[in-house]
Amino acid sequence: MNKEREITDKPVEQDPPDHLGADLLRKGLAEDPDYRGEHPEPRFFITDETEDDFGGRMMTLNLGPQHPATHGTLRVILKVRGEKIIAADTEIGFLHTGFEKLAEHMSYQQWVTVTDRMNYMSAMNNNVGYAIACEQLLGVEVPRRAQVIRVILSEFSRLADHIVCNGLAGMDVGAFSLMLWAFERREKVYDLMEAVTGTRLTTSYTRIGGVFRDLPEDFEEMAKSLVEEFRRFLEEMRSMTLGNRIFEDRMRGVGVIRGEDAVNWGITGPILRASGVAYDVRKAMPYSGYERYDFEIPTQEDGDSYARFVQRLAECEQSLDIICQALDDLPDGPILSEDKKISLPEKDEVHQNIESLIHHFKQIMFGHGILPERGREVYSATESPNGELGYYMVSDGEMNSYKTRVRPPSIFHFAVLPQLIEGSMISDAIAVLGTLNVIAGELDR
Amino acid sequence: MRTTLTPEQITERLAKRFAEGVAAHLPPGEGSSQLAIVGRDLLLDVLSFLKSNPELSFDFLMDVTAIDHLHFEDPAIGERFVTVYQLYSTTHNHRFTLKTPVPEDDAQVPSAVELWGSALWAEREAHDMYGIRFEGNPDLRRLLMPEDFPGFPLRKDYPLRGRGERDAFPQYLDSGPVSRQAAGASAEDAPEGPGNGEGDGE
Repeated sequence: MNKEREITDKPVEQDPPDHLGADLLRKGLAEDPDYRGEHPEPRFFITDETEDDFGGRMMTLNLGPQHPATHGTLRVILKVRGEKIIAADTEIGFLHTGFEKLAEHMSYQQWVTVTDRMNYMSAMNNNVGYAIACEQLLGVEVPRRAQVIRVILSEFSRLADHIVCNGLAGMDVGAFSLMLWAFERREKVYDLMEAVTGTRLTTSYTRIGGVFRDLPEDFEEMAKSLVEEFRRFLEEMRSMTLGNRIFEDRMRGVGVIRGEDAVNWGITGPILRASGVAYDVRKAMPYSGYERYDFEIPTQEDGDSYARFVQRLAECEQSLDIICQALDDLPDGPILSEDKKISLPEKDEVHQNIESLIHHFKQIMFGHGILPERGREVYSATESPNGELGYYMVSDGEMNSYKTRVRPPSIFHFAVLPQLIEGSMISDAIAVLGTLNVIAGELDR
Repeated sequence: MRTTLTPEQITERLAKRFAEGVAAHLPPGEGSSQLAIVGRDLLLDVLSFLKSNPELSFDFLMDVTAIDHLHFEDPAIGERFVTVYQLYSTTHNHRFTLKTPVPEDDAQVPSAVELWGSALWAEREAHDMYGIRFEGNPDLRRLLMPEDFPGFPLRKDYPLRGRGERDAFPQYLDSGPVSRQAAGASAEDAPEGPGNGEGDGE
């Protein structure tokens, strides 16, 4: 026990063993104990008493963190005159859980489960992104079958994310049944995920060097019938919204982002492409064999909420095409890397032969595990449904990473929200927020 | 015209323009991509060169973060902190990583917010987590932590698990937090490491 503690507590060892923290906190602030940041107060809290032309007053209004239209614990502070937003400020961090700090204390394989909790609308894409980053860090080859399985499930996950985002955006502007339809179809995707991974929401499916288990026997049938259903559903969603007068009036011309602004603000994914910039990591720097599939990067011109809605529908079509091609091209073979330093042996093997037992032991015990080269670092980007999901990892040669940074796409999208909604009506703010698809778990980590 | 450059070619161009100011650094291991380390006095010049040079034209600042090298000294860095810039060019489809060492006793670097809007919140988060001040960033409020939170959680000397939530906010306690050492406990009889649950909610 003592031995174990020495190893796991290594970072604390070099300092006085004040595991309680308060002293360390003070030490960190020694140079400037009062320093809390440059602007400790939110920009406005108090109702502005200045009167407008009609004798009305400015009012400060909180949108969130508990408002149903914020889709998560986000707080937008609005300064309004009547229905018009004069200024806006945001506050996030309600869901901050210290995922990046945890990564420095958990082993590489363990942290896969944490990635589920970031963008919980499409956990699979987070799993895959993280696994790819670790594989680059270690220089591991992933078997072809595992790569194709990852592609298929990521695309299903992307479909679920896109249609739920569109459904909720529809609900925000009054098309309530759109949301119900979208959730119904997402449950079908979750059924498929459950059949493959054993869980519906927090999939934790990837392992470094491959995936956790093979596909069930009837997977191809299930997937193909789901693809057919999705094609019909996308048509339904399209016919219900596009060309609908109320829907268009609410969505067109609100939250317009120009292409160059989007690039400047670090906006990626469907929002960037809805502003006319055709950047998609799957095409630009293909991973997991995306270069083998024939698909397009749809773009829109307008950059408004309507364009983002249409963009997500168009991307769903491409995802379905990729899934069909990947299903036809699904090879047989192993699903996990053969490198026994990286991938756990089968449980039966562990019970039956000594080598597997040793490999198992070496990976599980503290102080062993997966050990990348000291000083190695990697920035790996994948295309998640929201945009470029980057993992920046640095190794100091120990069993847990020295630094893991997640570049969540949502945080850059939410940063521009005040600019998008200032000067518009409160109802427009809802229509903009809905199509930005900001996921609080990913935003706050 | 699209001409994708390798990181080596990019550092070459930087070396040609800035001579001694930019040091190339190759992390160990197969397939690692080269990155550049630049002092903070030259940082903005290098960043704006990377953005405006037509051969490089990095229009995306994908991410800004920092590393605390307290327990893992890197001779190439030589300081406790380092800020890391991830760049991407949609024109040429290449990526590049830039690092700037930041000393502990004077933890500040110039902000890139003049060049890329995405620096605003990325730097805000790096400041929130590491306490590095980005000079020129107009909005360095806390991003993820509460605004009255003391300390910077991703620093390596910040423990994974402390006393509990209330103790992180000394202003809400009558007497302020009591150090365990001050209360007479020596280093030897310190409780088990993180995870034993002791000290939570006391």
